[in-house]
Amino acid sequence: MLHIIVCIKQVPMVSELPWDAKTGTLKRETAQGMMDPSARRALEAALQIKAGMGKNQASITAVSMGPPMAEEILYEAKALGADQGVLLTDPRMAGADTCMTAFILGKFITDHCPDAGLILCGAMSSDSETAQVGPQLAEELDIPAIGYARRLELVHDCIRVERHVDDFMELMEMDLPGLVTIDHADESDLYTPRYVPLGGVEAAFNAGDIRIMDGTALGLNKDFNALTSSPTKIIDVYSPVTRKENRVLTGAVKKMVDTLFDDYGKIISSAMGKDLKTHDHEGDV
Amino acid sequence: MSVEKQIWVWADYRNYFQSRVTLQILARASVLAEKTNATVCAVVFGDQVDAYVKEYIAHGAQKVYVTDDPFLKTYNVASYAFLLTALVRRFAPETLLIGATRFGQEIAPRVAKQLETGLTADCIDLDIDENGQLVQKAPSFGGNLVAKIITPDTRPQMATIRPGTFQELPHDDEAKGEVIPVPLPDTMPSPRVRCLKSELHPARARKIETADIVITGGRGMGSKGKFRKLFDLADLLHAEVGATRPVVYADWVSSEALVGQAGKHIRPKVLFSFGVSGAIQHTAALADARFIVAVNKNPNATMMKLADVAMVADANQVCSGIIRALKQRIRD
Repeated sequence: MLHIIVCIKQVPMVSELPWDAKTGTLKRETAQGMMDPSARRALEAALQIKAGMGKNQASITAVSMGPPMAEEILYEAKALGADQGVLLTDPRMAGADTCMTAFILGKFITDHCPDAGLILCGAMSSDSETAQVGPQLAEELDIPAIGYARRLELVHDCIRVERHVDDFMELMEMDLPGLVTIDHADESDLYTPRYVPLGGVEAAFNAGDIRIMDGTALGLNKDFNALTSSPTKIIDVYSPVTRKENRVLTGAVKKMVDTLFDDYGKIISSAMGKDLKTHDHEGDV
Repeated sequence: MSVEKQIWVWADYRNYFQSRVTLQILARASVLAEKTNATVCAVVFGDQVDAYVKEYIAHGAQKVYVTDDPFLKTYNVASYAFLLTALVRRFAPETLLIGATRFGQEIAPRVAKQLETGLTADCIDLDIDENGQLVQKAPSFGGNLVAKIITPDTRPQMATIRPGTFQELPHDDEAKGEVIPVPLPDTMPSPRVRCLKSELHPARARKIETADIVITGGRGMGSKGKFRKLFDLADLLHAEVGATRPVVYADWVSSEALVGQAGKHIRPKVLFSFGVSGAIQHTAALADARFIVAVNKNPNATMMKLADVAMVADANQVCSGIIRALKQRIRD
């Protein structure tokens, strides 16, 4: 029996979000959430691997660390076909940087899923875009890892991975247990996430068995605090300033376009390497 | 005797000459080193890498640590991370900078985790504060924000930097640097990941990064069909077309076109931006655009504030208007 762990993350659906000025971290609890697109691809990969194996040959655990509302994406994962959903949530986990996130996920897998064979993550989440948690989780667990997978194949006790990295097409292989991150920018349809079946989330919700674990249940030290334990500290968050003339044009489209070419046509034509009539007059040479 | 402070740049030379990120980071490291009285060092792993070592010295490396061994012929994350971690423990640099290529983004977090130190991804700028600490400026979360991050208690201070963020120094043949060979340790772990095949396979000509005119489109273009109009405009302007993430996610255009932190960095002479709101992940990648024309119905969109000329109108209509005007104005 192959136990597949899929690490999923809830990300905000909107781009403008409130910040906590004191800690410099995002107030995730106020944002509308969705499952990170690259984590969805990882879940899809897990579902396909499971489908390719015999009945009862594989089991999928979806795990997420986040605020209580992240429970939603675990119901969604179950509706999609995950066998178990686990939410690691505790105010003491808030403000974790990638290093501490990997520590917490690692603690869960080591202590509560000792039979984990394959661990899948999205390569890069759509919100923080660090691509760091997957590789750091592999270090935490001291298992081999392959990043940016486009195709996975189980071959006996190994996993074979195809990936495209920095203009190199690579085929790699490792024994299990191992960790694979799924390419977030892959254009093939192989791991395009399936849709949640009609009524699926409701059914999963009614089944009502997302396991919720706080720091104590997870076995974290009672003094544990992810924010203060994180080696990186956010000291300031600011809006980048601009230095442009910033001329604002309004009104009829034709008039605006004429102004653009009349006043700035030279800049555009020199970039094009072509001559432009900058004033729209007959005979203007 | 005071201990020499060092700023390290891990040398990512695969697919050099196209990939110049190491030279770009060396240039920035030279500025940081001047402010902290530190030495700029490159760290090179590989098989027969002399040419790269010389290149890094010519581009600002004052010292180069080199492990040159046939065992290192193929890039291998686990072996390289093991070596780099061991070297950092031995020589204790203040700072370790790594290019945010995909390989760099794999090796950096692993080394940081082994060293239990902090790592900031995708910095758009690096500076030194009054305490001599590395200030890592990175785009933060979704909105229009940049976070300043420090690593106060652990060393080295680690950061990855996107290709194209800094300008490389001119090649200086006269530059002198010390080369420090570091033999491959006897204790190398046998690789747990086996590389069965690794072939150079360029995705496609990356013209957008070097194009003089770039047209970017966002959700404000309205639909996949209307977005296609940008390509008609691009034909007239000899431009390349880029897109924001929502547009790529909506499948209006392939992810190859993504301009942003996670996609392409551009530095056009002229940028036309249609219906783009201007999230920091996107705008960070066009900081070097010289002249920006933005079109958006919302005059308060960040992209409009960044523009030299901001046209408050429907992006799609202005696109058509510019196409019409160009057809009249281009002299062949």
